[in-house]
Amino acid sequence: MSSSSIVEAPPKGGFSFDLCKRNEMLSGKGVKHPNYRKTGTTIVGLIFQDGVILGADTRATSGPIVCDKNCEKIHFMAPNIYCCGAGTAADTESVTDMVSSQLQLHRYHTGRESRVITALTLLKKHLFNYQGHISAALVLGGVDCTGPHLHTIYPHGSTDTLPFATMGSGSLAAMAVFESKYKEGLNKKEGIKLVTEAICSGIFNDLGSGSNVDVCVITKVGKLLPDIFQFLGRSFSLYQFNFVLNGCGTGGKRIHEKPLKTQSTHIRQCEGIHLPQEDRLVSLSLLQQISI
Amino acid sequence: MSIFEYNGSALVAMVGKNCFAIASDRRLGVQLQTIATDFQRIHKIHDRLFIGLSGLATDAQTLYQRLMFRHKLYQLREERDMKPETFASLVSALLYEKRFGPYFCQPVIAGLSDDDKPFICTTDSIGAKELAKDFVVAGTAGDSLYGACEAMFKPDMEPEELFETLSQALLASVDRDCLSGWGGHIYIVTPTEVKECTLKGRMD
Repeated sequence: MSSSSIVEAPPKGGFSFDLCKRNEMLSGKGVKHPNYRKTGTTIVGLIFQDGVILGADTRATSGPIVCDKNCEKIHFMAPNIYCCGAGTAADTESVTDMVSSQLQLHRYHTGRESRVITALTLLKKHLFNYQGHISAALVLGGVDCTGPHLHTIYPHGSTDTLPFATMGSGSLAAMAVFESKYKEGLNKKEGIKLVTEAICSGIFNDLGSGSNVDVCVITKVGKLLPDIFQFLGRSFSLYQFNFVLNGCGTGGKRIHEKPLKTQSTHIRQCEGIHLPQEDRLVSLSLLQQISI
Repeated sequence: MSIFEYNGSALVAMVGKNCFAIASDRRLGVQLQTIATDFQRIHKIHDRLFIGLSGLATDAQTLYQRLMFRHKLYQLREERDMKPETFASLVSALLYEKRFGPYFCQPVIAGLSDDDKPFICTTDSIGAKELAKDFVVAGTAGDSLYGACEAMFKPDMEPEELFETLSQALLASVDRDCLSGWGGHIYIVTPTEVKECTLKGRMD
């Protein structure tokens, strides 16, 4: 079967480059390529006395617009390994899904629990292969038989092994919190508090991060505690729209509008002209000048 | 000029109580010239699953043909219809396959999954899924649609109220966008029936 035929059996996987030539031609004619959904983000991880804590915000952006106010950035890799992803959303999702499947197959093959270093090597090999064009920056954390581990993986394939790590557009804000408050041997409560503070710092100071905080605690027994701290609730009772049922009218009626501050200025009538009370004397003289 | 602004489109899907609605505009243009005023952007995959494709019309048509092909093969092999969640993963995989030379298309998927729970989802042009519980938007009128839907949406709306809300949101948003308009197509899907309506809007 010729490769130009559309009707053929579904391909076996991997990337297909057949539209590249057409897209090159279009950008040669000045057509801009579209904005991909990014998870311009704050993601953090730290090692505490019993294991690893990962944290992430939940905003997904497409250009300057927030397209998802509650997306999940902490991805499942294995029951004892989780991975936070920053960068292009499609890339982080696909790369973590793919490596998660490979880890599952490896578990079936070996009959053992997955190790964090295995996930790390699979991820960095894939990312290096594509020379940074797969834009996924990851914070990988987990607990295996050799202890708790925390790694960062950059889009080009380099990795770091650290006791605390931050990635994403809000990483500087979060790192500032970590650098001042981190110490070894934190207990679970202190660890969660520190991770939440770091993510909040990213949320408030970075425009690409926002909404809620997701926290994931991984300990030796493999128990997982996903906690979601909701900062911005949503109220549906603020606005009430009454629609005329023939579809032509829209009556918008706001209720419960409570202003933060009100300043009212009294207007007094003076010689047929409305003037604010404080400036009355000044304006009168101006008026007299004008009328001459 | 962005490639998405070549043809112009507006797509929105919203969730109600055991029902969902998906709506699109009807204009097909070549930049600023209008070529058709009855262009179909929403396609039925099966009775409980619809997909709307915004963006470049030629990529939307190709992608729709590929998806129908894959779904028909699935029906032959599995002897049943695809669930909306599975279909969303299929769309995401097809789009991510072309990661470095993508289709210029943004799909909106809406369906009823098991227990008649409504399911809506959108992806960007390379397949990053966004599952929402309230509404999803796509197209050149997307920014206005975000605003209109955010203001007008209420949870657990019955089908008649959902229809009213969605049509108001769509018409209000396309009026603020030059590249989409000329009325609307809206499908309201409940477990027992599919209602298709054509809306009259400003013809400019």
